[in-house]
Amino acid sequence: MESFAYAAPATLDEALDILKSHRRRKVRTQLLAGGTDMLVQMRTSDREPRVIVDIKKLKETNRLNVGGKDTYVGAALAGVLLTADKQLVARHPGLVEAVDLIGSSQIQGRASLGGNLCNASPAGDTIPAIIANGGVCVIASANGTREIAAEKFVVGVGRNALKPGEILLGIRFPKPAKRTSDAYLRFIPRSEMDIAVAGAGVSITLDKSGKCTAARVAIGAVAPTALLVPAAAKALVGTRLEPAALQAAGAAASDASKPITDKRGTVEYRRSIVAVLVRRAAKIAAERAGALK
Amino acid sequence: MAKVHVSTSVNGQHTEFLCEPNESLLDVLRENLQLTGTKEGCATGDCGACSVTIDGTLVCSCLVLGVEIAGKEVGTIEGIAKGDVLHPIQQKFLEHAALQCGVCTPGLIVATKSLLDSNPKPTEEEIRYYLAGNLCRCTGYDKIVRAVQDAAQTMRGKRA
Repeated sequence: MESFAYAAPATLDEALDILKSHRRRKVRTQLLAGGTDMLVQMRTSDREPRVIVDIKKLKETNRLNVGGKDTYVGAALAGVLLTADKQLVARHPGLVEAVDLIGSSQIQGRASLGGNLCNASPAGDTIPAIIANGGVCVIASANGTREIAAEKFVVGVGRNALKPGEILLGIRFPKPAKRTSDAYLRFIPRSEMDIAVAGAGVSITLDKSGKCTAARVAIGAVAPTALLVPAAAKALVGTRLEPAALQAAGAAASDASKPITDKRGTVEYRRSIVAVLVRRAAKIAAERAGALK
Repeated sequence: MAKVHVSTSVNGQHTEFLCEPNESLLDVLRENLQLTGTKEGCATGDCGACSVTIDGTLVCSCLVLGVEIAGKEVGTIEGIAKGDVLHPIQQKFLEHAALQCGVCTPGLIVATKSLLDSNPKPTEEEIRYYLAGNLCRCTGYDKIVRAVQDAAQTMRGKRA
């Protein structure tokens, strides 16, 4: 293929057909949502011509539903639509916090959860928050729909679990149990417009007495992919998030991390700071969970 | 390369153009439509000089494909003034000397309008966060923030 082409299918069947027919002819395709990563890559690291398949016209990628059983966030919905949705903010405040941390107002006018997952940056801010909320990726192909846990979706730096011919339609989150909430924190050396040195998403469930009965802890920017850290969650369950429990959870996150040294931070610094972020995010999530009825 | 025919609306006017499938909206505006008020700074979505609105949402036009705006309403700096009458935001940027070289100014004015359309009475913190994606290397931002505050007050007065 010598030149770019663009397609904006109106239905999922049409989108899947486009992927299939080009694959048969060995023509490269790439799915486009908000494009805030992809367009930059198209001009720098990856200039190869391809057929751009815009998935923003599909109803499945544009649906936002904060429902009785679960929450569904279409993969192509721009961040501004998520931060503006009061029901979503009330149910998954940490997730929306992560969305709100990404880029400028302009970037949030386009950037999506689906794009953040598919771009698969180790430092993608929404990814630990999605994992902490038990997010499940809803993936369509010509053979039907499959679902995989968000922590299995990103498989390496810049690599995701989509097979040729598949489309990430959206992310489904189980409705949080009573007295459950979440938080996402990241560290950057300034107050805005930067890429995480480390990040932590935590979801906490409390019983009526304030004891933690369930937790999910996920960390970002400290390994090739965001990591779910069951040992950190285990350190919190059964406790009232006393300082010792928070310390243990932070230490477990540090142990699970596999950071690198780069211009944003050293291995030692990232290991240390990710523990702090886990402790603080757990505390915020628990405060929010306690404040809920 | 096969060019794509796109039919859209720019600043309320029906517009048609031909563009390459991988051409940015920024290039389409500047090269194909001769709307050169929108500036290219970084072309990576970091500086905000190319800010425009699409169906009322603020975006960087360098991170949008021209082909994507078919059937949409695009708003650029050229659509802000009413003929020869400057918009209050433009007037206040002049009065407060909120610009020097001017390259960031169109983007800042488009972004400021987007902010004040949804939040007529922003705090200084809200202004600074909302405009954090518009880089200015001349002013140090204080004059811009004061111009935005003054413009907000003027616009609220006009609404009342």
